[in-house]
Amino acid sequence: MPLLAKANQIDSVPRTPAWMLNLFWLALILACYPINRLLEANLNDYLYLVLTRICLNIVLATSLNLINGITGQFSLGHAGFMAVGAYTCGTFLQHYVGVGWNPIAAALLFVIVGGLLAAVAGLIVGVPALRLRGDYLAIATLGFGEIIYIVIRSTESIGPFKIGSAAGLDGIPKVTTFFWAATAAIITVVCVWRLAYSAKGKAFAAIREDEVAAAAMGINTTFYKVTAFVIGAFFAGVAGGLYGALDQTIDPEQFRFTRSIEIVALVVLGGTGSITGVVLAAIVLMILSEALRDLKGVTHVDLRLIVYALLLIITMLLRPQGLMGAKEIFRSRRKRNLSQPAPAA
Amino acid sequence: MTRIGSDTSSPAVSAAAPALLSVRDLDVRYGAICALQGVSLNINPGEIVTLIGSNGAGKTTLLRTISGLLKPANGEITLLPTSPSPHPPTALSKLRPHEIVRLGISHVPEGRQIFPNLTVSENLLLGAYQRRDDLSADIARCHTLFPILKERQSQKAGTLSGGEQQMLAIARALMSRPRLLLLDEPSLGLAPLIVRKIFDIIREINAEGTTIFLVEQNAHLALKIAHRAYVLQTGRILMTDSAQALLANPEVQKAYLGG
Ligand SMILES: Nc1ncnc2c1ncn2[C@@H]1O[C@H](COP(=O)(O)OP(=O)(O)O)[C@@H](O)[C@H]1O
Ligand SMILES: [Mg+2]
Repeated sequence: MPLLAKANQIDSVPRTPAWMLNLFWLALILACYPINRLLEANLNDYLYLVLTRICLNIVLATSLNLINGITGQFSLGHAGFMAVGAYTCGTFLQHYVGVGWNPIAAALLFVIVGGLLAAVAGLIVGVPALRLRGDYLAIATLGFGEIIYIVIRSTESIGPFKIGSAAGLDGIPKVTTFFWAATAAIITVVCVWRLAYSAKGKAFAAIREDEVAAAAMGINTTFYKVTAFVIGAFFAGVAGGLYGALDQTIDPEQFRFTRSIEIVALVVLGGTGSITGVVLAAIVLMILSEALRDLKGVTHVDLRLIVYALLLIITMLLRPQGLMGAKEIFRSRRKRNLSQPAPAA
Repeated sequence: MTRIGSDTSSPAVSAAAPALLSVRDLDVRYGAICALQGVSLNINPGEIVTLIGSNGAGKTTLLRTISGLLKPANGEITLLPTSPSPHPPTALSKLRPHEIVRLGISHVPEGRQIFPNLTVSENLLLGAYQRRDDLSADIARCHTLFPILKERQSQKAGTLSGGEQQMLAIARALMSRPRLLLLDEPSLGLAPLIVRKIFDIIREINAEGTTIFLVEQNAHLALKIAHRAYVLQTGRILMTDSAQALLANPEVQKAYLGG
């Protein structure tokens, strides 16, 4: 056995220690602060906004990737989770900043509260997900999203907190900057990466591959499916909250199922299961959709959904596994050291 | 509990020794369909027990009920605890699949059901999902039993041939160090030569101390390596005997051995 352990050490590159990686991510987040200053000073408002939106798109796509791509649970409810976060954060922010709270502190708090409420919604949706698969799950989550939409559209206020029914909620303080959005994107990607590539996290992929076999291997499939929904919903809620505090206005129409489909398209195009592929798709499609928005002045119709649909069809025909398949861009092909006990996640 | 050699006589188990796994009056339904009715059987420590029966008899249903993937309508399944006597046998039918794996039962599903887009190594690691201790000895054992898996370790499991996938499915199940290994038609869709090889390895695994419950349509081969056998017909146990006796039984020969 010592011999085997030796043999394994030879062909396995030593892993970067966890504390070093953590430090790196922290440094990256901190670096976003001066970068933000730089962008604010040098970029025009429109480009700055696009960059910020790209980051929020990454949060949305990566969080759906956990549910849809990595765990294989076809969800069409992401816009619903986003709405829960956006409205929770938006209404609290409007109310409490109105009574004199510090906008930055309040936004930090309420973005997280919005994420947590979305996570609760994720728990509620995750439970039926245990019984449904494939198309049936897609329809159930679609229904969930529409219920959220209808509830929001028909609620004027809850106690002192304004919801604004069909007209939407405006006058949300503007807090979200590129720094906030980039921080959220980095945290989301790191969290989902850690989950997916930890030793125990292979359980998510096992469920996607074959749920019955995963259960037969001793994987608590219920736990992992619900976990995927709860964490995915949390980050969707965070993105929703940040969107509200960026645009200063939200309305129920933004959170209908077309929004969910747009996010699904990012996951499918990026390569279901590939975290970096989906991030790439989020960036590319955001740029594309901005370009198409400019074209709208010429064509007088919104081309975005048509182009999304075309892209999806072309992908399905030419590269059904998506841009990256299940591969990652930066993942080194080091041999997994089988002799070492699995490190705790 | 270890048995040396590969003779097909029953291992030395005294009649009073309690069964490792005991199934009592089991009824399993799919909605209104009764897939199993009043099924009772025993599997003693160290044995290879086989369950033969034609397509649709309910063999898969029985295995899936034992490993907790299906819940019985009636009846009880009990497993001998690891620590001796004072503990009563553990009732399985209320437990979830992952809890049953933890107790030492490992299931090789029908049609293999490996994880196709994960590598061979990742498949093996998932088999050891419940364990936290060192896996090197187990990986080495799997590689000794199935050298091809070592060669293919970083290849996607879906690219393996049918026989190799079956080997992977068995190796993956062994990674949890089961006391009882449930095998659902390991010969399904494989060439005779490969089937023979797999059955030799099943016998080897048993010789190393793992109790085996083998479900097969290929009655001839199954009866040749088993100690005892049960015959299942449309959800009921038709007969049980030593494997040798059943091989010689004219009724069995007529119905299941094509003679
Ligand atoms: N999911 C299911 N729903 C309804 N009936 C089923 C299901 N699975 C199996 N059956 C029925 O139960 C019976 C036993 O099936 P099975 O256990 O798969 O048999 P075997 O493995 O012996 O071929 C068959 O009649 C089959 O049609
Ligand atoms: Mg079967």
